[in-house]
Amino acid sequence: MTTTAVEDLLRELAPQVLGGLVRRHGQFEGCEDAVQEAVLAAAVQWPAEGVPDSPRGWLMTVASRRLIDQLRSDHARRERESATAAEPPPDDVPGTDDTLVLLFLCCHPTLTPASATALTLRAVGGLTTAEIARAFLVPEATMAARISRAKQRIKAAGSTFSLPADAERAERLRVVLHVLYLIFNEGYTASSGRDLDRPDLAREAIRLTRMVRAQLPDDAEVTGLLALMLLTHARREARTTPAGELVPLDEQDRGRWDRALIDEGTELAKASLAGPALGPYQLQAAIAATHADAATAEETNWRQVHAAYLILERIAPNPMVTLNRAVALAEAEGPQAGLALLATLDGDERMAGHHRLLSVRAHLLEKAGDAAAAYEHYRRAAKSTASLAEQRYLESRARRVRP
Amino acid sequence: MKFLICMHVNPAVLDALTDEEKTALGAGHGAFIEALKESGELIVTQALADPSQAVVVSVRNGQPAVTDGPFLESKEYLGGFYLIDCEDKERAIELAAQIPDTAIAGLGIEVRQVMFSDGPLDT
Repeated sequence: MTTTAVEDLLRELAPQVLGGLVRRHGQFEGCEDAVQEAVLAAAVQWPAEGVPDSPRGWLMTVASRRLIDQLRSDHARRERESATAAEPPPDDVPGTDDTLVLLFLCCHPTLTPASATALTLRAVGGLTTAEIARAFLVPEATMAARISRAKQRIKAAGSTFSLPADAERAERLRVVLHVLYLIFNEGYTASSGRDLDRPDLAREAIRLTRMVRAQLPDDAEVTGLLALMLLTHARREARTTPAGELVPLDEQDRGRWDRALIDEGTELAKASLAGPALGPYQLQAAIAATHADAATAEETNWRQVHAAYLILERIAPNPMVTLNRAVALAEAEGPQAGLALLATLDGDERMAGHHRLLSVRAHLLEKAGDAAAAYEHYRRAAKSTASLAEQRYLESRARRVRP
Repeated sequence: MKFLICMHVNPAVLDALTDEEKTALGAGHGAFIEALKESGELIVTQALADPSQAVVVSVRNGQPAVTDGPFLESKEYLGGFYLIDCEDKERAIELAAQIPDTAIAGLGIEVRQVMFSDGPLDT
């Protein structure tokens, strides 16, 4: 088996083994370390010596041994040690349910999104601390501390290894989906080209979301999130030039969009909309599907996009949604309508001086033929963003309209 | 998100502190560094030698010219920095407010977001 195939297998098995171990012994913290060590050992041994007949059983046995070693070296835990050591090695039980429980645990509401993201990638995604650190461009020691703190917090919160009760499950699932969305977004906005050794977080997020969907196939928001990711990921080749410059949606070469991902994403988006209630991911997937459906930018059904943003604005009010609706409205009814809607955001503190508000206004002013004001707003937007790629793009737009 | 927390110091203000105040300042930074390490938000912190030791380098007609620094004539100079990685700008400000310099007039703490990174991080 190739190294890549072994890595893929390990990523798939790691959360199942961890789930089984935590279910048996409790103590998420110690189990997580033990599984990480077992996975590292397998990553070295398997490509050289071959994959064992029961890879999950192998990992389970090695991880259990590591855990027992840990307990043994801890004098204060002598009591528990004898109990653990006396138990037979855990069976090779299917652990797919455990993966979902694990995800709920890692996306615990007491964690900050950054901590939950890191912990999820390690415990559920099977990435090493070094890989996660590379993905977020921080030193390994920084990431190790963050993950360790996250595990302590979960322990302090007294979480048990079980699915949240029905009453809170919907809310907890929202946190899980948000973390997966953040992982995807981190991968999506990461600068391309230069960082070839950075793990592909967008693909990792898609893999994890597929896993959640396999467990919760009837949840429309899970399906909607997967559809949104696939439809967004489908555009990855077209959204930057080889030099790493951003290409806006209306200028992308749609022939370079990934048709297979679009087809799958569109099917899922449709399926998710068939449900009784609409959630934010379903609506964003519907918008992405509408864009994917247009052979050229001119053929985009902007009224449909606008309608979706209107509903989104109603169920999840947020100035960013209003901002996006203004773009759709301008396309459907002309730039003045869009500018009028933007004016309603001027009093919103969350948007004051935000580069997105400035850049959308610049764009609509340009469409309205006010080159001088567009230039001014593109320049201000370029100064306000902290993304180098975005800054270059906004500066090039400014040069284009310079009076 | 990465932020550079710049510590602007006025050497005259630092000199005028009592020994107790200097000790408290050092201890405050020590505690701040420990807390940042533990939370997984510290990338690196460094303190700079006295501005009187700075030199300014320029190249004219291909010839390097080195003159005594610092570059800007000012009462305050960059004395050191914290490079952190945290949730958002609000958190960066919350952390900056824990730096003991913020309670001393003449010492300035400035928060700047990082826009581009490269280089080995595990130094």
